Amino acid sequence: MSELNKLTIAAARDALRAGDTTSAELTEACLSEIDAAGALGAFVHHTPDLAREQAAAADARIKAGDAPAMCGIPLGIKDLFCTKGVPSQAASKILEGFKPEYESTVSQNLFDAGAVMLGKLNMDEFAMGSSNETSVYGNAVNPWKAGNSDADLTPGGSSGGSAAAVAADLCLAATGTDTGGSIRQPAAFTGIVGIKPTYGRCSRWGIVAFASSLDQAGPMTKDVRDAAIMLETMCGHDPKDSTSAELAVPNFEAALTGDIKGKTIGIPKEYRMEGMPDAIEKLWSEGTEMLRDAGAVIKDISLPHTQYALPAYYVIAPAEASSNLARYDGVRFGHRAKLGQGDGITEMYEKTRAEGFGPEVQRRVMVGTYVLSAGFYDAYYNRARRVRTLIKKDFEDVFADGIDAILTPATPSSAFELGADFSPIEMYLNDVFTVTVNLAGLPGISVPTGIDSKGLPLGLQLIGRPWEEGDLLNTAYALEQAAGFAGKPTRWW
Amino acid sequence: MSIDTATAAKVAKLARIQVDEDQLPALAEEFSAILGFIEQLNEVDVDGVEPMVSVTPMRLKRREDVVTDGNQAEAVLANAPDAREGFFAVPKVVE
Repeated sequence: MSELNKLTIAAARDALRAGDTTSAELTEACLSEIDAAGALGAFVHHTPDLAREQAAAADARIKAGDAPAMCGIPLGIKDLFCTKGVPSQAASKILEGFKPEYESTVSQNLFDAGAVMLGKLNMDEFAMGSSNETSVYGNAVNPWKAGNSDADLTPGGSSGGSAAAVAADLCLAATGTDTGGSIRQPAAFTGIVGIKPTYGRCSRWGIVAFASSLDQAGPMTKDVRDAAIMLETMCGHDPKDSTSAELAVPNFEAALTGDIKGKTIGIPKEYRMEGMPDAIEKLWSEGTEMLRDAGAVIKDISLPHTQYALPAYYVIAPAEASSNLARYDGVRFGHRAKLGQGDGITEMYEKTRAEGFGPEVQRRVMVGTYVLSAGFYDAYYNRARRVRTLIKKDFEDVFADGIDAILTPATPSSAFELGADFSPIEMYLNDVFTVTVNLAGLPGISVPTGIDSKGLPLGLQLIGRPWEEGDLLNTAYALEQAAGFAGKPTRWW
Repeated sequence: MSIDTATAAKVAKLARIQVDEDQLPALAEEFSAILGFIEQLNEVDVDGVEPMVSVTPMRLKRREDVVTDGNQAEAVLANAPDAREGFFAVPKVVE
């Protein structure tokens, strides 16, 4: 078989089971692609020895007839996941040299199913960013280019390395995490599929924490079927995460019938932003028509508190981050600053954190510290949490009204140039369509459905009812079938 | 709301992040811009609305109050920048 690295998970699974290829061959194909793709900055820690070892074990397992769907599938793992004995830095200098003594539950679930880890993937530092430009490793680069321009584009963030690696076929799929859109925005920027499940579906144990009430892991894949297969393996109840849901995990792939006749799809009027590019407007109305043609009932809906989602997020996420990141003190793991004569423990903390955290992380930790400080806790933090209650209620109301899923754009634009001069708030606007979903704890999926005038991929987002990822994936599958997106970046790396 | 340099210095201190004196005005300006963005929340009527505690309604799980883990001093210290004789080592904290 040629170009094994370009296979989907489903195709590789079938080929492995049929004996047409081996995990060792798949793994070698990916490893040599990774070696040739340094310019993408996607893989930041390489684990070829581990990959070969896991592939050999997977091949033995397949031969013995005991092969779960993910058995032998070569993956990239976002650097935010703690992987035993393998550097896990969350793309931060402050975790330089950190090699966890334990394995995150999600990566363990994948390994238990026989998946192969090729290495760790680039990301924004502590998952704080929308362009993968805050990484200590340097930028991850989008495999796509705009028109005739040679300028490097962002793969999005924070799961930028995961998106670039999957879009460039360096691996069959990758893990991502999503706190405000960090799976869905990069998926849309690179023409791949990314799903953030319901809060509590995937265990957060062993994933470096950013904002614990918002963080969720999910798969980033080449198509919707692969997202269904990989998500099923990643999730499940975990006693080590007290917010992990004690619910059975359905067979998500079996939900993919493509039949959405009679489903009601909501189109929220508040997502029609002022100054929205024509290409996004067009993509959205085309997607709406595709779902209508597939037999869905289209209904205009209102989510009245949408415009307050981003400001609420930029109180809640930094507040939780300031608390979670207090553990980086130069004592237990990672970087410790060199101390001067007479420096005490306070100087050690302050110098270590100034050296170890990049500017965006410092900014968010300090904003979080401010909104939680005496005198401002009520005015900022508690108010934001009240607004969050209202945002969630907006969704509960439309679901109670019979809406099965909500269709929105995934991003306000296609991928932009790396190094573009945005203020922090302009950068935050990237998450305008995705952040509501995290605040409400809902499942959301980004599906590539079109190409803009620059030749860059664009995605639509579907938002589902809590715990109904199977139904959401099926609607996404119907959208994918109708859109027939088959674009691939032209190789330049 | 406008943040002055004294407030910026106080926040940096609370966050235990060293910020040089000459960086404070720029930092204060950034805080002001971000807080200005957040001020929009004041437009929302939140009277009688409970602050969200848990995004999915669930009771925090309980378990028996027993030791479930331990005896891993070596693993716990394995990543410490400075560990000696089974302890984390830090600069002197008591005179």
